[in-house]
Amino acid sequence: MTKKGIIKDINGPIVTIILPGVANGEQVKIGELGLYGEVISLQGSEALVQIYESTEMVRPGEPVEGLSHPLSVELGPGLMGGIFDGVQRPLEKMFLQAGDQIPRGLSPDSLDRESQWTFTPTESLEPNTQVSGGIQLGSVQETESVLHRILVPPDVSGELIEIAPQGDYSLDQTIAQVKTANGEIRRLKLFHRWPVRQPRPYQHRDHSSEPLITGQRILDTFFPLLKGGKGAVPGPFGAGKTMVQHQVARWSNADIVIYVGCGERGNELVDVLDSFPDLKDPYTGRSLMERTLLVANTSNMPVVAREASIYVGITIAEYYRDQGHDVVMLADSTSRWAEALREVSGRLGQMPVEEGYPAYLASRLSAFYERAGRVETHDCGKGSVSLIGAVSPPGGDFSEPVTSHTKEIIQTFWALSKELADARHYPAIDWVDSFSADVSTAAAWWHEQVDRNWEKRRGQALSMLARDAELSRIVNLVGPEALSSAQRWILEGAALIKEGVLQQSALDPVDTFSSPEKQFLLLDTLLTIYDQGADLIELGVPVQELSNLPILAKLRRCKEVYDSDQLDQLRAFREQAIKSFESIRSEYAQRGEQTS
Amino acid sequence: MSAKEYRTVSSAQGGLLTVSQVPGIAFGDRVEVRDSQGRKRNGQVIRSSSIEVLIQVFEGTDHLDLESTWVRFLDTPLEISLSPEILGRVFDGLGEPKDGRPPVVSRLHRGINANAFNPAARTYPKEFIQTGISTIDGLNSLVRGQKLPIFSASGLPHNRLAAQIVRQAKLPDEESHFSIVFAAMGVSYSDARFFQEEFASSGVLGNVVMFINMADDPPVERLTLPRMALTAAEYLAFDLDRHVLVVMTDMTHYAEALREVATAKGDVPARKGYPGYLYSDLTEIYERSGRIKDRHGSITLVPVLSMPSDDITHPIPDLTGYITEGQIVLSRELHNQGVYPPVHISPSLSRLMKDGIGKDFTREDHPHVSNQLYALYARALETRNLASIIGADELSARDQRYLEFADAFEKRFVAQGEDEDRSIVETLNLAWELLSLLPTTALTRVTETEMAKYHRHAGSELQQPEQKEPLA
Ligand SMILES: Nc1ncnc2c1ncn2[C@@H]1O[C@H](COP(=O)(O)OP(=O)(O)OP(=O)(O)O)[C@@H](O)[C@H]1O
Ligand SMILES: [Mg+2]
Repeated sequence: MTKKGIIKDINGPIVTIILPGVANGEQVKIGELGLYGEVISLQGSEALVQIYESTEMVRPGEPVEGLSHPLSVELGPGLMGGIFDGVQRPLEKMFLQAGDQIPRGLSPDSLDRESQWTFTPTESLEPNTQVSGGIQLGSVQETESVLHRILVPPDVSGELIEIAPQGDYSLDQTIAQVKTANGEIRRLKLFHRWPVRQPRPYQHRDHSSEPLITGQRILDTFFPLLKGGKGAVPGPFGAGKTMVQHQVARWSNADIVIYVGCGERGNELVDVLDSFPDLKDPYTGRSLMERTLLVANTSNMPVVAREASIYVGITIAEYYRDQGHDVVMLADSTSRWAEALREVSGRLGQMPVEEGYPAYLASRLSAFYERAGRVETHDCGKGSVSLIGAVSPPGGDFSEPVTSHTKEIIQTFWALSKELADARHYPAIDWVDSFSADVSTAAAWWHEQVDRNWEKRRGQALSMLARDAELSRIVNLVGPEALSSAQRWILEGAALIKEGVLQQSALDPVDTFSSPEKQFLLLDTLLTIYDQGADLIELGVPVQELSNLPILAKLRRCKEVYDSDQLDQLRAFREQAIKSFESIRSEYAQRGEQTS
Repeated sequence: MSAKEYRTVSSAQGGLLTVSQVPGIAFGDRVEVRDSQGRKRNGQVIRSSSIEVLIQVFEGTDHLDLESTWVRFLDTPLEISLSPEILGRVFDGLGEPKDGRPPVVSRLHRGINANAFNPAARTYPKEFIQTGISTIDGLNSLVRGQKLPIFSASGLPHNRLAAQIVRQAKLPDEESHFSIVFAAMGVSYSDARFFQEEFASSGVLGNVVMFINMADDPPVERLTLPRMALTAAEYLAFDLDRHVLVVMTDMTHYAEALREVATAKGDVPARKGYPGYLYSDLTEIYERSGRIKDRHGSITLVPVLSMPSDDITHPIPDLTGYITEGQIVLSRELHNQGVYPPVHISPSLSRLMKDGIGKDFTREDHPHVSNQLYALYARALETRNLASIIGADELSARDQRYLEFADAFEKRFVAQGEDEDRSIVETLNLAWELLSLLPTTALTRVTETEMAKYHRHAGSELQQPEQKEPLA
């Protein structure tokens, strides 16, 4: 039984319809073209609908149909490696069907119904047992690197009356039947639907204990994010937000990566689509695309679908979390999402509170970030969703509403600076404005896995950078002559850290990824050399003599010379550097003896 | 199709007309308005309900009265008529001829609000375009299919720079094959003439389509004009397989027109009175550039905008920077020092450069050289700053060399003649000449191999500068 009605008023993406009995949040199909939309408010028999596609040439009086379900996504095998739009329409398939541009009113199934998947039922699961949401029915090897666990949908529970034997099934085939408490038989398939605005349930939250390793030194070593953590990357245009997110998508030790291009450039998604298939996951050795999914709402697509896109992304992320995976979701950019919210609210005539944003901006943002976390799943152990949102503040001003609200919600803040980007110091993450609330948790992991001195060395580097900032201020007032030799050596040391550790080119084939071991070895080497130099200066060696040493230039470059599995060579180089400093010491000691 | 005509205007205010009792009018429909004297104006439906319809009148609503105004709904969205004959022609913001010649007759009409390109249909732009301008080619390379704006300000030579790009742009190993689409919004007569004469004198007129809206033409047409122009560009690129270079000037006038209209409609302002959807609106324009799978042609976009009060954080340049694939920023300071083109490299950026340069594209050292110049110039500017406080004499010998580098960089690398068309190899060689002003230990962004090959004094810090090689 479908509900039918008509269009009353068209105001851009906001359409008023007359459709008695329609529910808030319900999906509707409007007009001759059959454009999809979502009811956002009700008044009597009238409903306001936000439309995911352009409403050009749609007329009052055209028909409307209520679809009786909220905006939902299809969850099942076939997601990985795919690219979907903001309401989960499969873009590759639409390209084949409809060509270069996305036509209106087209809505193919999100997941392919033809493909066959080899389903292996869970051995211990016998018919006539009680099952409930999240119980694992079996599994499908979705790609070489992703084992896709087929779960009882969260809203189903009852007696398992039948489960299919191992074999090949398409998505439309029934793989299990469950008899619910009221006697209804639910036929379960390899996929199910879930409404995107409703967080998926889990047993309970679990605290995060492990850092997400991204292979990026300034992130992992200085401002770590935990698996299940919430992070933000704010920065002015061109500072490197997208690059940071792409790097995390490429190199982090997550099982699944969901990348949501929310109101950003089409070419940036093409970049991922083109490069990921040929890049190897450093942990599994498999193609990165096998564990990656893209949600693409490019900036020129209708803004209402942009608002939906991040919910589509996070719901898929939760679905893989429920299978016990560690998922990373990247949203570029949450500011564009907030702007979509603002645009719709403006059209509805709602009262703006700050810079045109509606009063509910802060609560929507925090509810969204709250869907990140590490949880105990129903049947698949622990799983996590780490959520990293880019923020694009107007004019690069971090005091604007989206940045400031986000800052209150997240634990890790990777602040990008225009000054650093202008000097081509990449990643342009400012070590003063950035923070991580989880350094001590991360430290436990680093101390266990890599080196007991991690936290100490990290602290030394940061305090050296802070001293550097102070001293540079003095230099800029009165010139370098005012500094003592020891102070000038600090400037050299800080420059070493900046160039040799903090700067990391995403474009350099070696430097793009740094294993935790390499990260620590680099940092420790540079600090050791710095300490040695400081001793020499105390002995009276002139700073000039040290800073002109060719070995220093080599130290700045060694991040690009030795990759993560050439640490022995890096260690050998380190010894050589240490020796050359020692030989200066003995030279000086001798000279000292001669003169005395 | 029979167009419907009504005389039920119930209000006329601030460029907007309300018409009552007109059932079933399409949102976005084109409208013709006739006043009491029978003079025509153009409009578009911006809100449509079963009770009344709101129309935006492009020429404004002044002198319209409620009784004798006729409104005709054309039952078609804004369209442009397309054929190869558009080349060499001049149109206004509604696609009507502005060159006194008859309209283009064609069966092919296209709506100017295209559906978004499917990201899965795009291919990543990679082909290096040589503009002959060192600061662009060497440091902020443009590739086919990129959108790279020029951020300028009043009184700076952005028009001359844009014209030089149009004259010189080509793939390094091909003769120029760009067709030009020129879109001018709210420009002065002298600016419009400048470009027309430019195109005429470089003999490309027959390969240019112009869309012109003068400063005294209706501002609302500035909103449709770039969409007309891009629809024409898409036709040239994807129907006729041409590589199209679209120059749009001045996007600031475009945004101001949008603000004017938004204010009249009562839209909630976000920053500086600009509507919250300025970003989305601009992307509808800029995202139409690019390369498409299995299509031979391409659309490269070079919009020009002036930064109000030279402020790069003003919403117009700011939002543009968030959309485009980089920006070329002009500096008043360099301009005042007589440097042409006054490109300030620090805030300039090309995001698509990384895949279009280097071995197999330009030269293997290009990425590192570019990076190195950036890093040195940033450092040199700091030194210059310091010198202005403590005096240049107080600087260390090393810092003195940075000062020398900054001056040489601006005078020899940034500055070039308006007719000087430097090949990418010339640009890179020039870059090495400048890098050679500094000792090899100061160059950590280039590799040792590159230094051995290109640095003038590699191997020996004490070696005297060799005689300068003549430029190839
Ligand atoms: N780690 C890095 N290594 C090398 N280059 C980088 C790095 N980070 C940023 N860049 C350079 O900076 C440019 C801009 O970066 P990016 O596109 O990520 O900026 P953004 O902050 O996302 O800007 P927008 O807000 O406009 O999208 C890149 O195209 C690249 O040239
Ligand atoms: Mg970005």
